[in-house]
Amino acid sequence: MKCELVIVGAGPAGMAAAVSAYDAGIRDILLLERGEREGGILLQCIHNGFGLHRFGEELTGPEYAARYADMVRERGIRVLTGTTVISVSRDRRVTAVSRTEGYMTIECGAVILAMGCRERPRGALNIPGFRPSGVYTAGTAQKLVNIMGIMPGREVVILGSGDIGLIMARRMTLEGARVRAVCELLPYSGGLARNIEQCLNDFQIPLKLSHTVTGIHGRGRLSGVTISEVDKSRRPIPGTEEYIPCDTLLLSCGLLPENELTKGAGITLDRVTGGAVVDGGRQCDAPGIFACGNVLHVHDLVDYVSEEAALAGESAAEFIKSTRKKAEKSAGKAIGGRTTGEIANDAKADEIPPDVDIKITTDGRVRYTVPQRLRRAEDVRLYFRVSDVFRGATVLATLSDGRVIAKKKALHLAPGEMETLLLKGKDLAGVSSGEIKITLEAEE
Amino acid sequence: MYDIAIIGAGVVGGMLARELSRYTIKTVLLERAEDVAVGATKANSAIVHAGFDALPGTLKARFNVEGSRMMEGVCRDLGVKYQRNGSLVVGFSDDDLETLRELLARGEKNGVPGMRLLTEKEARGLEPNLGDGVKCALLAPSGAILCPYELCISAVGCAMDNGVTLRLSFPVEKIEKCGGVYELSGRGGSVSARYVINCAGVYSDDIAAMVGDESFHITPRRGEYMLLDRECGGLVSHTIFRCPSKMGKGILVSPTVDGNLLLGPTAEDIKDKEDTSTTAEGLATVRRSATEQVSKIDFSKVITSFAGLRAKGDTGDFIINSPAESFINVAGIESPGLTSAPAIAKYVVEFLRDMGAELAEKPDYNPKRAPMPHFRDMTEEERREAIARDPAFARVICRCETVTEGEILEAIRRNPRPSDVDGIKRRTRSTMGRCQGGFCTPYIVEILARELGIPEDQVTKSGGSSRIAADDLRGTEK
Repeated sequence: MKCELVIVGAGPAGMAAAVSAYDAGIRDILLLERGEREGGILLQCIHNGFGLHRFGEELTGPEYAARYADMVRERGIRVLTGTTVISVSRDRRVTAVSRTEGYMTIECGAVILAMGCRERPRGALNIPGFRPSGVYTAGTAQKLVNIMGIMPGREVVILGSGDIGLIMARRMTLEGARVRAVCELLPYSGGLARNIEQCLNDFQIPLKLSHTVTGIHGRGRLSGVTISEVDKSRRPIPGTEEYIPCDTLLLSCGLLPENELTKGAGITLDRVTGGAVVDGGRQCDAPGIFACGNVLHVHDLVDYVSEEAALAGESAAEFIKSTRKKAEKSAGKAIGGRTTGEIANDAKADEIPPDVDIKITTDGRVRYTVPQRLRRAEDVRLYFRVSDVFRGATVLATLSDGRVIAKKKALHLAPGEMETLLLKGKDLAGVSSGEIKITLEAEE
Repeated sequence: MYDIAIIGAGVVGGMLARELSRYTIKTVLLERAEDVAVGATKANSAIVHAGFDALPGTLKARFNVEGSRMMEGVCRDLGVKYQRNGSLVVGFSDDDLETLRELLARGEKNGVPGMRLLTEKEARGLEPNLGDGVKCALLAPSGAILCPYELCISAVGCAMDNGVTLRLSFPVEKIEKCGGVYELSGRGGSVSARYVINCAGVYSDDIAAMVGDESFHITPRRGEYMLLDRECGGLVSHTIFRCPSKMGKGILVSPTVDGNLLLGPTAEDIKDKEDTSTTAEGLATVRRSATEQVSKIDFSKVITSFAGLRAKGDTGDFIINSPAESFINVAGIESPGLTSAPAIAKYVVEFLRDMGAELAEKPDYNPKRAPMPHFRDMTEEERREAIARDPAFARVICRCETVTEGEILEAIRRNPRPSDVDGIKRRTRSTMGRCQGGFCTPYIVEILARELGIPEDQVTKSGGSSRIAADDLRGTEK
């Protein structure tokens, strides 16, 4: 089977990428979705707060997903649900299985990776103790409550103040559970400020900063946890142990981009983001393979996922069109009866020649940027996150020759919020290679 | 009325049940838990020991070497993964070299094939990632790895397919003898049998005491482990032991048959026979020792840690004897218990015969059990065939380990049938990957509820009080 554009994952990223590729002129698109319907993790996010930037109104997760699902449907883009992609190769061969279609191998003109992310599990946190039931990642609990309609427990402690943990503190409370505490290892929360307010403070749920869980008790079902205060190097302080009886421990300790397929394709990953290294158009270091959304780096708001995915969709469309052109040239005029997918494949598609090759590096205070490299001298919005809380901060983009091409001042920067910095294409004129250094200066 | 009752469905009881299922006798296998293989069998080093460790002349030495020889064939028959990766004992000093020489001599006396001492250079040639301090090594090419609970589940399954009865949730709390017949009873009911075989692991001293035998005592010896992501499985190819000490063989670093990297165990004598909790100190010990043996272990790739309890006897050897008429202890089966299990099973059958048990071969005995289908390990052709046969093989439930609904259904329908999420885990590897069940647990709950005909909120993680959910929100009045 052949297809011009295959998109892995029909969550917010995959759907937005499909829509934008379609609008850029690509018709032979296949969206592959593992779940029984499109929408991804948004379907279990029944709280509101989605879409303020993208649609100018507050939507629930399923509503936000439905907007995009409608756009996909209106365009007649083909979606295969219940379909799991098993592998993606560097030369854009996608293998997938589904109950209805069986075992599929698809030769693709371009591939967009939009698999999303997963949560860091208990095992990765090395919390000592027993292994009873009642210990879940926040997202798993969200699925149990919101999709399956079963309540994981009644007395809850939450470790980690990431957004899903905060949302679940409120959700469990609304379903009648008692949330005893939210513990955060760091001296600040990793979640959005608005979630701290609306999900914890509004319900008088205590947020214990610089605290972690140091013991899990219970042999069948969880019976309680031991929490401890931690010192500056995040080590538990002896003597600060406190036992909290509970039947549920929810973990919201970080999201990890789900890049098994990306690794399988031999694509270079960024050690900090856990996602692929990409250029401004979100192309990986394998020609014709693009990545967007949480599989690339964990976003704070879905609105930005859509924005990034639209960019990836356009780039993929451009890539496909360029291969089509090459194919037409090399095949002369004799292309009658062949699909564009076949043409794209026969052409041994390779990279569109770049006009610049610039690496973007960071100073550690800025943890990472996406994209990590530039291949076009055009305007590009850098997404980045910082490593700590900074007040009175200035973020600078400096060329190798010392020229500062962008500057952003902020009163307050925190790791929980994704930031952006706009680089102007015109500033890159005459710079064909080298690097742009992103640095942060702060008052404290 | 049974001819034989085996107490304990760990790997020793399971292998014995299978061995007895060759004969035209009625055998019952009694297990206190809600699944088989959930004691020491589920949490150990997963090693087929070569046999250089045990003192010559002991039962441990005899059954270790014999079991090591039998294991590959047993695994083939039972459709269980087995990999002869060889063991390497590493030393850090001249004293250690002396110990390695002793181990070599002991191994040769025990009949371990192909052992030899390696220089540092030779050792590093075999294993480039050995720790900086490693100075010498002993190679035992017959060392191997397998999955212990897979072996046990498959052995019990084979025994059941050949007519053995399995009674789960059947803790034996009382043993009485009336009219030449034993009656074993407890919360799960009662059964009677002519012969009783005590394979009760950490509880084997309690069981022996029920027939008046207080000649030995079992101490649970806790061992903590860390398991790393499959990305790390290739760091070493051999099982890397360190020079043994009084407390056992020490911490090892080993690939597993499923491609993970296993570190552990610690050795700590405790009182509580159910205390499988891990500790911050224990995990730190594992980390420290493993790092000395092997460099470049990426501890950010730990996906889980766990603890197991070995049944440590106080006689220095396996305890296989008959303290009462028609009653056999198979106790104190600590390391190398897994390796020895097939040899112990044969030995106990002869023991029974000597006691007068009539053992006539069953003409239709089938020693084989088809391997579990694992989508992840299939070729493209096999995958296509599996899906064509049953489209459930095209529904991936656990994406970390690529486990399909087809495999889960197969596990539920085979002997011995699982009834909880961990049971599915041990049979299919779903929830065992890097997300540790984050994505697939809800799906497994749905499938189990559907197949067992129970409400979703009644599904448990590991039986008993370990329910996944507290309540069903649907249909409840608010």
